[in-house]
Amino acid sequence: MNNLNKRNKAEKRFKLYGISAVIIAITFLFVLLFNIFSSGASAFKASYIGVKIEIPSAMNIDEINSRKEFKRQVLKMFPEVETRSDKRALLSLFSKGAIYEFEDLLEQSDSNGLDGYYWFLAHGDLDMYIKGTVERRGNEAGRINSKRMTFVDALREQNLIQLQANKYLLSSADSREPEMAGIRGAIVGSLYAILIAFIVSFPLGVLSALYMEKLASRNKFSDIIETNINNLAAVPSIVFGLLGLAIFLNFFSLPRSAPLVGGLTLAVMTLPTIVIASRSAIKSVPPSIEEASIGLGASKIQTLMNFTLPLAMPGIMTGTIIGIARALGETAPLLMIGMVAFVVDVPGTPLDPSTALPVQIFLWADSPERAFVERTSAAIMVLLLFLVLLNLAAIYIRNKLERKW
Amino acid sequence: MSEKLKISIKNLNVFYAEKQALFDINLNIMEREVTSLIGPSGCGKSTLLKCLNRMNDLIDICTMDGQVMIDGANINTPDQDPVLLRSKVGMVFQKPNPFPKSIYDNVAYGPRLHGMAQSKDELDSMVIKSLTRAGLYDEVKNRLFEAGTGLSGGQQQRLCIARALAVNPEIILMDEPCSALDPIATAKIEELIEELKRKYTIVIVTHSMQQAARVSDRTAYMHMGELIESGFTKNIFSNPQHQKTQDYITGRIG
Ligand SMILES: Nc1ncnc2c1ncn2[C@@H]1O[C@H](COP(=O)(O)OP(=O)(O)OP(=O)(O)O)[C@@H](O)[C@H]1O
Ligand SMILES: [Mg+2]
Repeated sequence: MNNLNKRNKAEKRFKLYGISAVIIAITFLFVLLFNIFSSGASAFKASYIGVKIEIPSAMNIDEINSRKEFKRQVLKMFPEVETRSDKRALLSLFSKGAIYEFEDLLEQSDSNGLDGYYWFLAHGDLDMYIKGTVERRGNEAGRINSKRMTFVDALREQNLIQLQANKYLLSSADSREPEMAGIRGAIVGSLYAILIAFIVSFPLGVLSALYMEKLASRNKFSDIIETNINNLAAVPSIVFGLLGLAIFLNFFSLPRSAPLVGGLTLAVMTLPTIVIASRSAIKSVPPSIEEASIGLGASKIQTLMNFTLPLAMPGIMTGTIIGIARALGETAPLLMIGMVAFVVDVPGTPLDPSTALPVQIFLWADSPERAFVERTSAAIMVLLLFLVLLNLAAIYIRNKLERKW
Repeated sequence: MSEKLKISIKNLNVFYAEKQALFDINLNIMEREVTSLIGPSGCGKSTLLKCLNRMNDLIDICTMDGQVMIDGANINTPDQDPVLLRSKVGMVFQKPNPFPKSIYDNVAYGPRLHGMAQSKDELDSMVIKSLTRAGLYDEVKNRLFEAGTGLSGGQQQRLCIARALAVNPEIILMDEPCSALDPIATAKIEELIEELKRKYTIVIVTHSMQQAARVSDRTAYMHMGELIESGFTKNIFSNPQHQKTQDYITGRIG
């Protein structure tokens, strides 16, 4: 009786330990996510300044010097401004991107003239003040000095500074100007890299697994290979980066910083994961089914193709996607092969220089510019989103392909 | 009974790595008869059966010497194609092992593999014919395209028999086909064997003396990898020549 009580108590205590462990783990996760989301959410908005643009339809837009014209239109709003330094302070509230936006606007107007308020990207310094990242002390806020502040106040009075959707974050590549910096280049670079990693490592991994599991005869040699593959899965990823540097860049002279090389390096890194997952999936296919197929006069290869591979596919795909997800979040090997460069263009092909999402996060986190803090978190959010999507894909594929036998 | 020799096993020794599983087996199997292999567990019945369609090839450590002749040809010479052999010698396993496919696709697998049907209609009629022969057609005719794994154990085993019949074998090997089945399902399979022997040569491994007595024309008794005696079933059961056989069939070993 006493014994039973004791045992029940011990069981309850153990359960409690377990639950507290789970709660602590989940709390950490939530604190982390909350942190990232609360500091990253603001990056999806950006400050824009409204400017009254008046261009008569008679004007030929090809003859307009957009830079000068934009300045003229802005200064027109503050006719009282006269000194050069005041003018410069006013214009410095705009991002460099505002000129490009103005050019686009002119292009779209198709010589039909413009009349009304249009919104132009504000400078990063202003953006930080508007978002409250830097606090106002008297007439200054961070790099917004009192001269600039008079214009800011005037514009705000007329409600001409607004937070709007950040068009740059998801549509442009990296930039020196934080307000114009985006992660499209990094996303495209990452997608190219994991696509190449998948194309290379999936067939190689599945074929080696099939060969080792079903075709190779067991001997010392195959044992050595098996041990090596298992050990490869535990090799730190930066070592694969060194390997990529030595083989793909130095030996094969492939272009530096290119997603092609990144993808190949990640493929080498992912290969052991895929081989191990595929082997265990292939191993778990019931031998009775293979025997039945062989017994009906199917060859070994036909049996592999008709039953072993399809039945192992859910497991293989799950392992592959997990491997690819790991590759997507990998930074170290990409640093080694030069995907850490500052690239302002979205890569058009896998041979163009590019960064990758995790590398972009690393670069921005390293930047002294405070405006990059929120963008770092936003990039992390996008990376997490991709990882969640990959995992959902893994679950979907598993459920879709899985059949009972 | 035709009394025509179908399979002839001569001086067969089989080894699993160092361990010898069969010792100098000599056995003749007649065409269109049921031959049952009986003996205590581990005596090598399954091993002998698998020698008849070279399923042992799949086991790396398994080696053999001696001869297995089917229709007078040694099946182990290098010019013999094991794939062709297996379409001539079908096999039904101890545990029903339908493919995770529809009933139709289970039966159609063999014919498709060997390109036996020229058209969809021909394939359909092959599937129906095989299912009918296996005594399963009436039970499944309305759900041919449902999963074969959804059938009962006895139905699954008959599906496996139908699947083996569909490739038109001459010989059917059955390794304890009823051991996972209840008496009613067993009775059905036994009836089926009775029916099938008019067209096929059947070799069946069984642990049930009654089953061997009921379905087989000849019986071979094995013990520790050796063939102790073989002959007409009625003789073996009523008048065994060896003490070991006597002990086994009366239940003293096994
Ligand atoms: N794949 C294998 N690897 C190694 N040894 C094996 C293998 N298959 C069978 N053996 C051995 O060969 C001997 C005969 O086995 P077999 O399966 O033929 O016996 P069996 O008569 O069919 O027994 P049961 O009635 O239990 O099925 C046994 O001693 C067994 O341990
Ligand atoms: Mg057996």
